[in-house]
Amino acid sequence: MIHLPVIPAAKDRDFQLPENPPTEDYHEILDELERDGEIIVQRVPEPYIEVKTKFGRIKKIPVEKTWHHKSCGQCGHIPGYSTSIFWLNRQLGLDYMDPKDQTSCTAWNYYASATSNPEAQAAVAIRNFATAYETGYYPLIHCGTSFGHYKEVRQALIHYPELRDKVRKIMAKLGKKLVIPEEIVHYSEWVYAMRDRIKERQVVDMSQITATVHPACHYHKLIEEDAIYTPEIYGAQRTAIITGVLQELGINVADYSTWFDCCGFGFRHILVSRDFSRSFSVQRKIEVMMEEANPDITVTHDTGCVTTLDQSQFAAKAHGKKVGLPVLSDSQIAALAMGAHPYKVLQMHWHNTDNTRFLAKLGLDPDEKWREFEASVARLQDGSKQYLTWEDVE
Amino acid sequence: MGLDLSTRQYDKVPYEEKERLFEEVKADMRYQDHALYGCYECGICVAACPSARFYDFSPRVIAQAAAREDVDLMYILMNDSIWDCSQCFSCDRCPRHNSPGMLITIMREVAVRNGLGTAKEALEGYGRIIYKIMSTGTQVSPDMLQPNAFPDWGGHVHDIAENLDVWRRALPPETLHTTETGWEVSDKTIIELYLIWHMTGVMDMIEEIDEGLYDILVDVMEERLEEAGYDDVSF
Ligand code: SF4
Ligand code: SF4
Repeated sequence: MIHLPVIPAAKDRDFQLPENPPTEDYHEILDELERDGEIIVQRVPEPYIEVKTKFGRIKKIPVEKTWHHKSCGQCGHIPGYSTSIFWLNRQLGLDYMDPKDQTSCTAWNYYASATSNPEAQAAVAIRNFATAYETGYYPLIHCGTSFGHYKEVRQALIHYPELRDKVRKIMAKLGKKLVIPEEIVHYSEWVYAMRDRIKERQVVDMSQITATVHPACHYHKLIEEDAIYTPEIYGAQRTAIITGVLQELGINVADYSTWFDCCGFGFRHILVSRDFSRSFSVQRKIEVMMEEANPDITVTHDTGCVTTLDQSQFAAKAHGKKVGLPVLSDSQIAALAMGAHPYKVLQMHWHNTDNTRFLAKLGLDPDEKWREFEASVARLQDGSKQYLTWEDVE
Repeated sequence: MGLDLSTRQYDKVPYEEKERLFEEVKADMRYQDHALYGCYECGICVAACPSARFYDFSPRVIAQAAAREDVDLMYILMNDSIWDCSQCFSCDRCPRHNSPGMLITIMREVAVRNGLGTAKEALEGYGRIIYKIMSTGTQVSPDMLQPNAFPDWGGHVHDIAENLDVWRRALPPETLHTTETGWEVSDKTIIELYLIWHMTGVMDMIEEIDEGLYDILVDVMEERLEEAGYDDVSF
């Protein structure tokens, strides 16, 4: 008789991050390339917070002196997303830069249309990195796709000397150096690393809230190496970002069976073939979340995910689908917990799915908050002010 | 309609032409190094793939066709399948360490570079997005939120379009007061971006796929580049 080992149930297993990571260490390769005079490595400025990534390596997350690499989808269509990231920095008294000499990573277009190539994509990335380096501020990437794509660019640059040569020549024409940051850092990693400081300043009780989490594919699947994992969250079997923040804020994070699935964004699909995006996001994500977890909110950390999960629900409602789940980013939830205004800072009126019940459950009066926002806007309309500033919302 | 994998539809295309395109895919530096190491036919990529749930689409078939060097099948897939991919890279969990998603990226680039008719069809209606990203440095802009462009997103798009200017001015970060770009991008930065498109052959790709768009982009870029003193940049 063969005795097979008895494997404990997943919930009882003590999963350890591997002592010997199965992949090469990009830090070592970057250091080597720098020693050889091939590249400049921009170091994470102090103070930084150390976290662990998928294969147990240490990643440094900068606390401040961050150069905010904005997201075109966030800034263009859900601007409370980026505004909340800046608001958190300001409230925590941290030094940051919101640059005008930044371009989009152009990866949304690349993944949608392929009307580009590795040289162009790497040059766009390095132009942004070199620009950040010149200021002394460290790139903090707002978009999950920019984050994923820049990891791809880093991988290509460290493996293909001919690509480095081409990009170096292009940068020389622009008067810039070939700079690669020591770590490619996504803003949600910064929110995760800062979660205890955010908790210290929490003024809105969130303990009655149940949330589901959707992690962005380009964060944890595309070059999985850099994503944050910890045994305390999902036993290090899934990435810890978003969930770690929500739990710190007292939110009940509920699980659902399609956690690993994509949101349905599809890059070209969301723009020119939206029947796919709508169907996938509603049938594989929103409906499953509602049926299995009945959450008050779903929280994600990327441009495309917020857009697809939120906007797709309108048409699905007409088809009698079980929808009506508000969608916010972790930066918006963190800001809300610290007392940010739902319309002046979170800009929730740019979101589609009704979120007034969620606000009411937090003890916030959505009508009153909207009146406050409209009063501010009236000052812009009557010409007494041209813009609202941070002083108007802090 | 299902995906027709018989060679009938493309039997007029010379085998040599199909082979040339496959060779171009294989010549990409990412092909052997990261995209394809062979295939177990395990289907794990299909199980994780969102597009496989809604289309007659399979990353396994694409990985298999490439691994077996099936020139005819690769040609069919390059025409009739790759544009269904969502580029989510869920398939990167492949136990063989393949990246079917990256293989598809390479195939798409080859399809665009060679101006395949099916690539032109797949990108129909997409030109305005290419124009936006290449000419402004940000891909989506607030003024794209128009009810006729997003009828399935409901009345809230109408509200945004109606209040666009004042709602943008109500944003506290000063870089976000724009309506035609996601944020304010400096002139110098735009010029640098144009130079990158020019130096990396992206303009040639655009010319191959959409001549009208190419002409418009050249017009816009040449003027700005000339103003900035780059007279010798010829497209
Ligand atoms: S997961 Fe990898 S090995 Fe398995 S079928 Fe897909 S490409 Fe082949
Ligand atoms: S990248 Fe494409 S092939 Fe791979 S899982 Fe996503 S949709 Fe499927």
